[in-house]
Amino acid sequence: MTATLAPLPDETFISRLKWTLHDYRAIVGQEFTHLVRQPANFAWGLGFPIVMVLLFVYVFGSAMDVTGEGAGVDYVAYAMPGMFAMTIAFGFTSTAWAVAEAKEKGFIDRVRSMPMASSAVVVGRNIADTMHAAVDLVVLVLIALAIGWRSGGTLTETLGAFAILLWLRFALIWVGVWTGLLVKSVEQAGNLFAIAFPFGMVSSVFTPPELMPGWLGVIAAWNPVSATATAIRDLFGNPSAVGDSWPEQHALLAAIVWPVVITAIFLPLAVRKFQNLGR
Amino acid sequence: MGTTTVEASNLGKRFKGTAALDGFDLTAEAGTVLGLLGPNGAGKTTTVRILTTLLGFDTGRAAVAGFDVARDARQVRRRIGLTGQQTAVDDLLTARQNLVLFGKLFRLTKTRAGERADELLAQFGLADAAHRQTKGFSGGMKRRLDLAASMILAPQVLFLDEPTTGLDPAGRREVWDAVEGLAADGTTVVLTTHYLDEADRLCDRIAVIDHGRNLIDDTPAGLKRRMGADRLEIVAADPSDLPVLQQIVEAVADGETALDEGASSVSAPVSDPVAALTAAATALQDKRLTVADIGLRRPTLDEAFLELIAKEDQ
Repeated sequence: MTATLAPLPDETFISRLKWTLHDYRAIVGQEFTHLVRQPANFAWGLGFPIVMVLLFVYVFGSAMDVTGEGAGVDYVAYAMPGMFAMTIAFGFTSTAWAVAEAKEKGFIDRVRSMPMASSAVVVGRNIADTMHAAVDLVVLVLIALAIGWRSGGTLTETLGAFAILLWLRFALIWVGVWTGLLVKSVEQAGNLFAIAFPFGMVSSVFTPPELMPGWLGVIAAWNPVSATATAIRDLFGNPSAVGDSWPEQHALLAAIVWPVVITAIFLPLAVRKFQNLGR
Repeated sequence: MGTTTVEASNLGKRFKGTAALDGFDLTAEAGTVLGLLGPNGAGKTTTVRILTTLLGFDTGRAAVAGFDVARDARQVRRRIGLTGQQTAVDDLLTARQNLVLFGKLFRLTKTRAGERADELLAQFGLADAAHRQTKGFSGGMKRRLDLAASMILAPQVLFLDEPTTGLDPAGRREVWDAVEGLAADGTTVVLTTHYLDEADRLCDRIAVIDHGRNLIDDTPAGLKRRMGADRLEIVAADPSDLPVLQQIVEAVADGETALDEGASSVSAPVSDPVAALTAAATALQDKRLTVADIGLRRPTLDEAFLELIAKEDQ
């Protein structure tokens, strides 16, 4: 028989914690290799927001009067922060897709049959997706700068705006993990875009909720994506065209609180779904 | 040797009211290969998932490598390897990166994980492909890598859920060789399969499961013996010879002769196969008859299996 290889002991709390962190690092390393190995994924993931930028800024933009100062005025400044928020919002579908694939390919089962911290799959996913989102943002910001968008905020405000964006992404990861475990197949995970699309679009991303029909405007105003979009517009010093509703008036607070609410709902759901894989 | 490494008794598991397992028992001795055989939906995968701590169960108890599956899941996980139905390797990593990753997740040090990866790559004939991304691998290579990944800790018990499904004959042979090598080194192997030739070739014992219950537990040879004696079969070159051939077979038969006009063949069970074959061949020579084929047919495991399932369903 091959020399027996016992995994190192992890009976005390401290050594367990140490090994759990070790497991997280191994999984994050794996996800990082994915990011490096699959530049095409970035390209596809960014293709959609780029097309949307071109469509809204150059095709519809000239007819958009969001600031009340005439069609097309300041539209790039209005739409680009919205674009950042929308890309972040759609990100949960890639989390769901990755989780569904890991489940379908038996990767999650294999990991659960190993003497490791099974939470590493989820936490590793979270860290990797946040990294992914940060890279997405860098690319989008470069595009935005190229077409004339500028941040008028201080360095702190500007960095704060990006932190707000990643904060939403972090919360939506739990939505992604939960839905990824919920769907029966990778194909179904692909269909989640049908949910993501209205979630991202019925918001202040491209048009102020005030300009929408009453009920839709209310939904859009209360959409977490709107709160984030408005909050970062304010931080970037971009025009935000807000209405009278509470989340629009307190966009920064809403952009901080909404992700807390989302996490409070979906983190337990995701954890329970993960534990229930064994039922 | 001789000790029991897998012991499950009276396992019961219901999914939404439907019984997947209904009082199932399973035992495997150390260092043997146990085949779990049954039609789709019989409860094979459910059994494997329970024994590998992936799934809870409603009744009964199960112990693997001396530890209770429900109470000591962590201890069980240190002593088992699992290769599920899908090849759970990471397509974007190289073969070696995969094994190092799993080595780390099995909580080996980085150095030890690297050494172990190299050992396994050599053992499974993947050394040349070590630095290639696995997405370009053939099905057989992926399966071998998958097996290697479940062997990182040299587990006491290795569970293989349909290890050769979807592989071509060459790929199946590669996996079979690997499994035989592991069993020879003392690993207890529990495998599920639809393929009876696979069970016949690899397994020391076969447990047949259907509707979540034990149908039979026997050696492959024993299973075949239940099907009865060897048969002498002659296939006519010219169908008009069939009546004469039938007489020849009847003369040596130990039971009822079966005539299959579609296949132009005559067959009958024989008690002394070699004597019967010799006598029949001599008779053919005396009558100067040419035939398409003459030979002894041993009932295949497929026939034994189908018969068992049919009996059960009655």
